[in-house]
Amino acid sequence: MSDSPHVYPTPRDYWLIALILAVITGAEVSVTYVSALDSVVAPLLIVMSAAKFVIVVGYFMHLKYEKKLYRNLFLIGVIAAPLLFGTVLFTFGVLIGS
Amino acid sequence: MTTETLTPQDHGAPDMDNMRKIAMWAFLGSECLFFGSLITTFLVYRTRVGDGPSASDVFDIPFTSVSSFILLMSSLTMVLAHYSSVRKDWRQMRVWLLATALLGMVFLAGQVFEFTEFVDHGLTVTTSPFGSSFFVLTGFHGAHVAIGVLMLVATAFMSYSGRLSDGEGMNVEIIGLYWHFVDIVWIVIFTVVYLLQV
Repeated sequence: MSDSPHVYPTPRDYWLIALILAVITGAEVSVTYVSALDSVVAPLLIVMSAAKFVIVVGYFMHLKYEKKLYRNLFLIGVIAAPLLFGTVLFTFGVLIGS
Repeated sequence: MTTETLTPQDHGAPDMDNMRKIAMWAFLGSECLFFGSLITTFLVYRTRVGDGPSASDVFDIPFTSVSSFILLMSSLTMVLAHYSSVRKDWRQMRVWLLATALLGMVFLAGQVFEFTEFVDHGLTVTTSPFGSSFFVLTGFHGAHVAIGVLMLVATAFMSYSGRLSDGEGMNVEIIGLYWHFVDIVWIVIFTVVYLLQV
């Protein structure tokens, strides 16, 4: 990422990105129906979901090409949210035991 | 003697377009925490179903997958609207904006149908902590989609009436950021709330 001028993707790129997102969504749904993948389905789904998240934020929201200030403002929330997840789940799971 | 064109920023005036984008990105960062709280609450209560149905009893993954696909494709139409606005192709921009709004409304209709089905199966907002956390989370997301649809339709019609001649591109970009954010929240909800619970 840089603050220098940049070239945004073209409509053709956007259609290609949408196709990739559609394929990942199809793969997400498919793996939930494959019983042989039961043991790894959760990490697989999380990785595929994270990939979709990054692609949308990076290319559709143009964060890949934007100023670092915008990226940092958004990252504060993106990083703080899982920390909140962890803290609450730890509190309920370990400290309260429910 | 040479002349140069000075911008308002050269006179010390703030760059309002930049300020609006900063404000939107800060807002979206705070929204991450808002939805993070709701998703965390759902994860804490997801197994507390009481006498009511559980996730696997009521969730219809193929149906929700189609809804997710529709919302995902609305991000494509939104980014194409933004691209058209950058090129000052206002007619094309309005077409893509209205297409995005239409896809958003289809998603909302699907959510209403899904909620109705869940209520028919005995899952309401008061049935169990699972039901409460599920309806609050997905309901707030639906409310965000509805607000996005209103903004899209309003922008398209204001553009028709010529009231957005200045800064039109920036308006579409700001709304686009909001819309894509609603989409990425659903990407997380679809995985964490639906796929991982069945």
